[in-house]
Amino acid sequence: MKRKGRLFMRILMLPVVLGFGVAGILSSCGGGGSNSGSEGQDTVKVASGPTIADSMTNPGIGPVKHVELGNLDGVMAKKGQGIFESKCATCHKFESKYVGPQLGGVTKRRMPEWIMNQMLNPAEMIKEDPMSKALFAKYLVPMTFQNITQDDARAILEYFRQNDAK
Amino acid sequence: MKTKKHMFKAIGFILLFASLVTLNTACGHKKNNQQAGGVDKDAASKVYVAPGKYDEFYLFTSGGFSGQMGVYGLPSGRLLKVIPVFSQNPENGYGYSEESKPMLMTSHGFIPWDDSHHPEFSMSNGTPDGKWIFINGNNTPRVARINLKTFKTDEIIELPSSAGNHSSPFCTENTEYVVAGTRFSIPPTNADVSIKSYKQNFKGMISFIKVDPTDGKMDLSFQIEAPPFNWDLSHSGKGPSHDWSFFSCYNTEEAHTLLEVNASQNDKDFILAVNWKKAEEYLAQGKAKVMKNSYYRNRWIEKTHSATSEEIKEVKVLNPKDCPGMLYLIPCPKSPHGCDVDPTGEYIVGGGKLATVIPVYGFSKMVKAIESKKFDGDFEGIPIIKYEEVMAGEVQKPGLGPLHTEFDGKGYAYTSMFLSSEIVKWKIGTWEVVDRAPTYYSIGHLCIPGGDSKSPWGKYIVALNKITKDRYLPTGPELTQSAQLYSIEGDKMKLLLDFPTIGEPHYAQACPAELLTKDQTKFYKIEDNQNPFVTKAEKDTKAERKGTEVHIYMTSIRSHFKPDNIEGVKVGDIVYFHVTNLEQDWDVPHGFTIKGSTNGELLIMPGETMTLKWEPKKEGIFPFYCTDFCSALHQEMQGYVRVSAAKSTVPISFSLGDEAAK
Repeated sequence: MKRKGRLFMRILMLPVVLGFGVAGILSSCGGGGSNSGSEGQDTVKVASGPTIADSMTNPGIGPVKHVELGNLDGVMAKKGQGIFESKCATCHKFESKYVGPQLGGVTKRRMPEWIMNQMLNPAEMIKEDPMSKALFAKYLVPMTFQNITQDDARAILEYFRQNDAK
Repeated sequence: MKTKKHMFKAIGFILLFASLVTLNTACGHKKNNQQAGGVDKDAASKVYVAPGKYDEFYLFTSGGFSGQMGVYGLPSGRLLKVIPVFSQNPENGYGYSEESKPMLMTSHGFIPWDDSHHPEFSMSNGTPDGKWIFINGNNTPRVARINLKTFKTDEIIELPSSAGNHSSPFCTENTEYVVAGTRFSIPPTNADVSIKSYKQNFKGMISFIKVDPTDGKMDLSFQIEAPPFNWDLSHSGKGPSHDWSFFSCYNTEEAHTLLEVNASQNDKDFILAVNWKKAEEYLAQGKAKVMKNSYYRNRWIEKTHSATSEEIKEVKVLNPKDCPGMLYLIPCPKSPHGCDVDPTGEYIVGGGKLATVIPVYGFSKMVKAIESKKFDGDFEGIPIIKYEEVMAGEVQKPGLGPLHTEFDGKGYAYTSMFLSSEIVKWKIGTWEVVDRAPTYYSIGHLCIPGGDSKSPWGKYIVALNKITKDRYLPTGPELTQSAQLYSIEGDKMKLLLDFPTIGEPHYAQACPAELLTKDQTKFYKIEDNQNPFVTKAEKDTKAERKGTEVHIYMTSIRSHFKPDNIEGVKVGDIVYFHVTNLEQDWDVPHGFTIKGSTNGELLIMPGETMTLKWEPKKEGIFPFYCTDFCSALHQEMQGYVRVSAAKSTVPISFSLGDEAAK
């Protein structure tokens, strides 16, 4: 009886072990690149695709192809602050990392187009954009679309610019 | 060595098992293309909906004694949702959250349960319009309206002077009214009288609920004080019969005890024809008397994400004696149950559950008989039309125990036979039986998508069965409830699938999926949230003491609550957690509960605010957490409340992360 029981267990275990093996392979494929960088900064090294040095040439993927930046618009920044506090501050701070990366200095690290596309099209960015993918691999919580318009995203960008100009 | 040996044995077992399966399948093939139980071998491919693909139809079944409504996909029979309606639902906090509790208020107080029987789509031009679905509460008489954009119960109205709200909630052609007849007659204001005074004091109230065409809001427009029969089922007219509603009844004997015997004495009972247009005229003429009563109407307000409850104290009642031409009785053999109107609106089918024929009445014959006064006496002033004058045809020898009839829009009717456990297909006009299919077992209602409307989608029929017996793996004394799916595309009905349902599936409604998928609510806009306890930004979260009440304004987002450390709560306090889900994306609800909650949990949709009331009984540290797996860091989505002694001086404070406690 005992031996039979153990044998049965082995039969049961076989697919489990196989399953784990497959899952392991799958997840190692999905990993993307290695994640390192100074604490609190969204500096990421990506095995292939743009590196940090390329970040100011990567507009990301999404509806925003080109943003014309003018002089700082205080009214727009104020509007952006209101939206940010309701819909973004749950996960982002300027002075340190939180649920997601620290946002202080983000306009110096990323193209305005990339920033807006990340806000407006996070699901695709996380899957397709190498920099966004690497951030997801680092922070593990997928950034979510917070039902904002392109105008809202532009206002939030202005708020970021105002913050970085201080 | 030992391991290797086991490995070989294991492989041997697998091979043996595989070959047994193969053998078994091979044995299962029969030459005539059929498998055991009369199911074609291609039945599986007809109900298979590939992973990631959608079903073609929605099916809404009553949840019976669960008080809820089940939503399934057809042809797969996959359960998609249980919509909480008349019963508290621990799965999503319905009836537990402070916002939803008013939905279950009645003149008898808070009622956590009911028995739901008949779903009915709202109709425009006699066809399901995809706006709402109504369902009756049988026990504490109520009608609920469910919003088909949100699949949430939007409104529940109680019915005064009613008991056993069974012949309900059937819509008129353009949802002008939802009707409701009382199954158990009672004294109208429920006076304390002798049960033996049934014939003098009891009435069978019939209610007409007006439905606002834009927002669906229900209003009990008027009631008709009908004779004290047991009003059983109903359907409203359409096309030529637009102005009429029809109600079947049993117990025309007016028995109040041992109805099993005493209510089965008469050869014929009745179908009552109500001219509601006429009733409207009498109402406008002021013929209704205002009866003092008490009933509740509860409405879900989407912008505040909360329900309101109001008591209404009056209802207008029409007495048939004051309203000639409003009611007519049509004799119907042997305790009729079903009362169904064909797509043209000309034929009314009675289902006499103890009868040997299915009587079909002609609406135009009825009109003629009324005009030429072809009456066979009256009942308390209500004319009884002569059976032969109104009868259009009888389906002979249909089977045993005819109950309900649905239509395929191609000239055929399908009647469920409870006793002989089958569906009988017959031709409208010739009344001949053309096909029959067994059901497993004891079918009650049946449902064709749009099968009680002007334009049925006659592809499938669903049998809603009362007994499952040996059809599924046994689960102790209490077995699953079940429905069966048949194809009705060809001349012959073909059984395709058995599928379990929540219990008990009485009636059902089905419609093409695209009628509802095109307009689904995916989340609630946080900007539009007007809940008085909403927190729209993390910076506005707080905890406040008001005497012995503590209000915690909390937000949730993947994957933290803010605040997540709360101190200063004391034994004896009443704590309200007002949790706002700040997510703005589809399919990201967050849950909330706290250790020792004697209430329930919350399941908060994106952009929604829900409140959990908690009365801590002892000191200590009480963790709370998100109950709905939300992200990779869901396990981290937790917090602590410190509860101190009643006399403690610990002040209220709250914090998250490194922030200083406020």
